[in-house]
This record gives sequence, structure tokens and C-alpha cells, in this order.
Amino acid sequence: MTTAKRPSPAVPDLLYSEVEDDLRAAVRAVLADRCGPAAVLGRIETAEPYDPGLWKVLGADLGLAGLLVPEEYGGQGASAREAAVVLEELGGAVAPTPFLGSAVLAASALLGCAEAGAPDLLGRLAAGEVTAALAVPLTAAPGDAFPQGVRADAAGRLTGRVTSVVDALGAAALVVPAAGPDGPALYEVAADAAALAAPVSLDLTRPLADLTLDGAPGRLLAAGGAARAALERALLTGAGLLASEQLGLAQWCLDETTGYLKQRHQFGRVVGSFQSLKHRLADLWLEVVSARAAARNAAGALAAWDDPAEVALAVAVAQAYVSPAAVHAAEEAVQLHGGIGMTWEHPAHLYLKRAKADEIALGTPGRHRRALAGLVDLPAAAG
Amino acid sequence: MAGTGSANGTGGMPGAGGTGSTGGAGGVGAAEVRERARALLAACPPRTTGRRDFLRARFDAGLAWVHFPAGLGGLDAPRALQAVADAELAAAGAPDNDPRRIGIGLGMAAPTILAYGTPEQRARFLRPLWTGEEVWCQLFSEPGAGSDLAGLRTRAVRDGGDWVVDGQKVWTSSAHTARWAILIARTDPDVPKHRGITYFVCDMTDPGVEVRPLRQITGEAEFNEVFLTGVRIPDAHRLGAVGDGWRVAQATLMNERVAIGGGSAVPRESGMVGPVAATWRERPELRTPELHDRLLRLWVDAEVARLTAERVRQQMAVGTPGPEGSGLKLSMARLNQQLSGLEVELLGEQGLRYGDWTMVRPGSVDFYGRDAGYRYLRAKGNSIEGGTSEILRNIVAERVLGLPAEPRTDKDVPWKDLPR
Ligand SMILES: Cc1cc2nc3c(=O)[nH]c(=O)nc-3n(C[C@H](O)[C@H](O)[C@H](O)COP(=O)(O)OP(=O)(O)OC[C@H]3O[C@@H](n4cnc5c(N)ncnc54)[C@H](O)[C@@H]3O)c2cc1C
Repeated sequence: MTTAKRPSPAVPDLLYSEVEDDLRAAVRAVLADRCGPAAVLGRIETAEPYDPGLWKVLGADLGLAGLLVPEEYGGQGASAREAAVVLEELGGAVAPTPFLGSAVLAASALLGCAEAGAPDLLGRLAAGEVTAALAVPLTAAPGDAFPQGVRADAAGRLTGRVTSVVDALGAAALVVPAAGPDGPALYEVAADAAALAAPVSLDLTRPLADLTLDGAPGRLLAAGGAARAALERALLTGAGLLASEQLGLAQWCLDETTGYLKQRHQFGRVVGSFQSLKHRLADLWLEVVSARAAARNAAGALAAWDDPAEVALAVAVAQAYVSPAAVHAAEEAVQLHGGIGMTWEHPAHLYLKRAKADEIALGTPGRHRRALAGLVDLPAAAG
Repeated sequence: MAGTGSANGTGGMPGAGGTGSTGGAGGVGAAEVRERARALLAACPPRTTGRRDFLRARFDAGLAWVHFPAGLGGLDAPRALQAVADAELAAAGAPDNDPRRIGIGLGMAAPTILAYGTPEQRARFLRPLWTGEEVWCQLFSEPGAGSDLAGLRTRAVRDGGDWVVDGQKVWTSSAHTARWAILIARTDPDVPKHRGITYFVCDMTDPGVEVRPLRQITGEAEFNEVFLTGVRIPDAHRLGAVGDGWRVAQATLMNERVAIGGGSAVPRESGMVGPVAATWRERPELRTPELHDRLLRLWVDAEVARLTAERVRQQMAVGTPGPEGSGLKLSMARLNQQLSGLEVELLGEQGLRYGDWTMVRPGSVDFYGRDAGYRYLRAKGNSIEGGTSEILRNIVAERVLGLPAEPRTDKDVPWKDLPR
């Protein structure tokens, strides 16, 4: 055989630890209190879709803002495994918070630059004083070429445009990948030095921003290979952990739909007693069960970070599997709720919009499958 | 009860991964298991000990199935420790008991005998079952009772110290190699169907047992029709109480889906994905963009199914089994069918050909010794044997998700009055 397939490494612990269960319970309690479907629906069309009070409790009081930041830089020193549990809960509530953008993407990028001393921004971010955003389109995927849309001159002035940035509205600082005078570089830019426009986004619970920089002053965080590595690690972490958000979302859709079908009557019987629907829900359950294994595996691989190729593989598998599973769950939720699933008043649409946007975010399933082709030696057809 | 899965074939489900039920609560740890394995190897060096003698000694050392009780091939140890024994013995080149040939005995008969057998039955049957000296088969399904197994009509009538059995069973894998069978038969037609069934051990050498090969879509005959005419079974070979056979059968059927494999994670690209991936790597001329995308999708599904099985295994190892195990067979059936279908298509002209349609009666199922066409056809059975995928979906919907049971018209009606 001409195979060069990778050996099979030990599978990480795919279960939840007691600490993780406690963290989940704490996050869930806050969300139940402050972020029920009615609260989310009430906010999404206002000028402030993110509830600052909610983020204060989650980010600062519970410490989620600095969950992934080591204690020496003022954070909680937790691993991707705990962040994944938080994202399951945030996904289950389609919570409008800057956790993904600030505490995962921006924090991971900043951590990658921390070798030369942690940027002051990291400490303030970890304390929950400010949020930051990683200035890449939400469609950016691990393995992409380093972005060239923003140029930096020798004086550290940045010019260019980045579209569809997540969690930039409300952020105090931007972490901007730019083509610097000596190649790729990451800069810190104050958000008020950029012009931000807010397009209407499909996912009402996660607003986007288009940034324009016109000679904005930047502070160099990392250059060359270090900048590349920091961005790649942030994207891998983001994509891998996004699978847990998608899992939480899918679990909510399954639970909510199952509950509804148990009480909705038509034809003189509970709708959930019709076998075609029982089978659809059984299939969905199986997808969610499988998605959980894939998402936990990615979180475990990110937490251990032993072999970068294995991390990339675990992330690609999780994204390729969990993204479509979450979309399927949300689509089934809408269909199986019937007319009420089509209304603005019922929260199912929030989950559908989030699921569909998440499918495109940080690499589509097809993009992740292509990455896998290289990682597991299943090359494309020639020509 | 709607949808109780029915009987299975001999290990006809490749790639389902190692799962297992929780083990006993005994204080035996990995170190002791390893020590015992080394002592066994020292006492019976594999190089100089005959296969049968080694396997018997292994059973007697408690290393056959460590979660079984001491004296019955086990150590009352957690099931997860089986992997320790297996690894230690395999590394020393020790022979194994060829589990594929005796899957029904290991996976179904043994746990049922352990749960419901008398001390005499356990002592008589378990050792030769495990060593493979005696092959077992499962006489459950009948022409008129498959998914609705409890509707079965094979009769067992008391005659002094014996039972006399008449009826027909079908799809019986390994009946042609089996020494013993687990059998369920109707002992009381006047009560509703689930209540009038009794569970027996049937001697396949009884003159009233006639086994006829039943050729299947692969050309061979893995399973059989079994005609039972005046078969005499001593009452001492009854498992569980008279009329309690349905409950005993549940133990068999539940074990069926967790029985596969020992205690360790299966490697990546195990199962049906392996041959397809290998063909893809070796034969660049067969590649097309469309097949590439399908292969990658299925590769992802297979890897996720492997991780899901591993998660179930981890849950069992820490003693908190969840409902997730019930889904594994559903995933594997679908995957095996799709992967083998893709493989035939990928092979193009070669996919038009088939290895050999000669009717043979194999003693075990080997998915990998044969060509893709065989895999494609044999995998069709994966969603039928051991409970069809439709029945498994009913079970998940009802027992895991709590959705209402299928409407029943046969529940309180005596079996003899059911419409048929
Ligand atoms: C390879 C192989 C090996 C086997 N080995 C053995 C063995 O060793 N011993 C043994 O006893 N049996 C064995 N079987 C038999 C197997 O368990 C039965 O074939 C199986 O349970 C289905 O029963 P049936 O064939 O009567 O199909 P039926 O029950 O008649 O089913 C026909 C179709 O209807 C569907 N269906 C039935 N009821 C429902 C319902 N309530 N809701 C939705 N759909 C439903 C089924 O899914 C199926 O698609 C084997 C089968 C195969 C294929």
C-alpha cells in the first residue's frame, strides 16, 4: 500500500469533568436569569443587541472574559475544554455576547503575541474591562493565506478594509492582521481609530461590522512567522470551539422540538406519536450525540495541543460534521413546529439564523473537508 | 412492546468499535490483571502450549472476560481492564478464541447464561463457549416473527422432565456449526404474547433438529432455516422461569448491541472506511472530484462514529453509561452501506465484477477477505440483523426521547386470538 496515513493517536477524554459541570451550571443559571428567549428577542432589533449587563456578569464576575488567558496575565488559566462548555451554553441560549470574538478569537491571537511580554490589552480584556475583536472576516478559515487587505507602513500606520468582523461593535481594541513593511504582522489598533459600519446581518444575535482604516495608528504585536502562527492558532481555536457552540444550539433545537411534539395534538393524538416524526427525531438525536463526540474531541485536542497536525485534523473533523448537524437541527426545529416555527415571536428562527451563519463562519464544511484531504492523505483528483 | 430488536448474525457489523457494559465493583486493578497475565504466560508458554489448552488455562486464570465472576472465566473486575489482559497476551503471541466465529455465544448466550443460568448451567456451558470448543447459535426469528419477535409460534410442551419442541426458525446464523442454541418458544398460547414464552438451551445434535442452508444475496449461506420436530429439551436446560422467556430474551437482545469488542479504542480508519481509503490512495486514476467529496464526507462520518463509540466506551469505563450506545448500531449500518456502495462505484469496471457466487457455508463473516461487491451486499444485512434500523429508531424515540409508543392492538389479547 502506498499509504502515508497518520497513525491513530490516543483519543482525548471526551466526557465532562466535575469542574466543567460546575462551570456549565453557573453559566446556565446566569443565562436562565438574564437571557431567556423573550429577552433575546426583545433586544435584537435595538441599537444595543448585546446586553452589557449580561456580559458584565458573565465576562467580569464569572471570569469568562479571561477564561483562556493564563493567570499570570490576569485570566482564569482555563483550557479550551472549559471554553467549549461555556460555548455550549451560550449556543443553547443564542446568547448575544462577545465571548467568541473577544474571549476566544482576540484573546487567542493576543496570547500568540505574548512571548515578548503580554500586551497590556490582554490584561484589560481578561479582567472584563474591555472587549477586543480580531479583524478578520468571520469567513476566515484555518489554513487561509495571511490576509493582505490592510497594509501597514514603516511608521505603523494602517490602511485598508476588513469586512464582516464579529464582535467589533462595542470593542475597545482591534487586533489587525496586516501586510507590514517586513511581511505579515499583527497590530493593535484602538477601535475609535477605525471607521466602523454595521451591515444588516443574517444572524441577529451576532452583529457584524465592516472596518475601514485610513492611516490608523497601530502598535506592533507580532511580525513574520510569529504573526502567522498567532493568527493561525486563533483561527484553529475559534473554529474548533465554534463546534461546541453549534452543539449547544443543536441540542436546544432537539430538546425544544421533542418537547413541543410531546404536547402538540393533531388528528386526536400527540403529533410526536407519528412514526415519521419519531424517526426524524431519532436521527437528529443520533446526530447530536455524534456531534458531541466530535466537539469534545476538538476541544480536547486544542487543550492538549500536542501535535499541531492532530489539532488541525480534530478541528476540521468537528467543523465538517457539527456545522451541518446544527443547521439540520435548526431546520428540523422550524419545520416540526409548523406555522409557529415560521413566526418572529418563536425563537426557532434565532437558532436557524445562528446555525446558518455559523456554518459559514471560520470555514465552511466543504473548506474543512478540503483541509482534511491534505491532513489524512486523501488527495483530490488530478487536473 | 413495539420494536424489540431481534436476533443477529455472527459479528456482521464491522467497525462498531469496542464498547462494553460496566464491570463488577471488585477491587482488582490493572496491575493485578497484568500480573495474572504474566503468570499465565509463564505457566503456559504460547510457543509450547496447544491452542485449546492455552485457552482453557486462560479461562481458568480469570482472564477470559475479566468482568465475569471469579471461577467463571473472570475476576469481578471492571470491563475496561479486559484491554490490559488482551494487550499483554497478544504481545506474547498467545492465541485468541477467534471471536468472530463465536460471536453469538460470546455476545448473547454468555451474558444471558450468566444472568439467568443456574450454577450448574453456568459451570457446564461458559467455559467451552468461551474457548470456542462449542459454537452457539440463536433460534429466535421465525418466518412469521421477526421485528415482532414476541409473536413467535414455535411450541414447547411439557412432557415429564422434558419439553418437546415443534416449529420453524429462520435466518439462523451459524446453525450449521453450532453445538448449542439459545431458543425461545411458546409455552402458553392462552395469555398475551409476551407472557407465554420460555427460554431454553437447545442441543443442536438432537435428532429432531434439521438445519438447511438458506442462501443469501452474497451467494453464500451464512444463515439457515432450522426445523424443529419433536425436539426434546430437558427441563434442566431451561433458562429462567416458565413464561418468563421474554424478559430473559431482553437480556440477550440488550447485550447484542454492546457485545462487540474488548475495552480499547479502535484505531482511525478501522472498518469499512479502510478499504475505500486504501483504494483511493493506490489508484489515482479512479479519482473524480465528485467521488472525492463523497469520500471525505464519509471519512468524516466514520471518524465521528469512531469518536462516538469511544465516548460511549469512556462513559462505561467510569460507570456512567448513557443512552448514547443505542445509536451506534444505527450509525454503523448506514456507514457500512454507504462506504461499501461508494467503493463499488469508485472501482468502476472492476465494480462490475464479483469475486465468486459459489454457495458456501462459512463459519464466520469476514468483510475484508473479499471484494467490494461482497462488502456492499453483505452490509445490507447490517440494517436488518440485530433489530432493523426502523425498529432501532422506534426504540431511540421511545426510550431515549420519551415519545409515545406505537399504537398497539395486540397487547391484552391472548396470543392464540391474534389476527394473522
Ligand atoms: C444477516 C442476518 C443474520 C441474521 N441472523 C439471525 C440469527 O442468527 N438468529 C435469529 O434469530 N435471527 C437472525 N436474523 C433475523 C433478523 O433478526 C430479522 O430478519 C429482523 O429482526 C427483521 O425481521 P423480519 O426479517 O421478519 O422483518 P420484518 O419484521 O417483517 O420487517 C419488514 C420491514 O418492516 C419494518 N418494520 C417492522 N416493524 C416495524 C415497526 N413497528 N415500525 C417500523 N417499521 C417496521 C422493518 O424494519 C423491515 O424494514 C438475521 C438476519 C440477517 C439479515
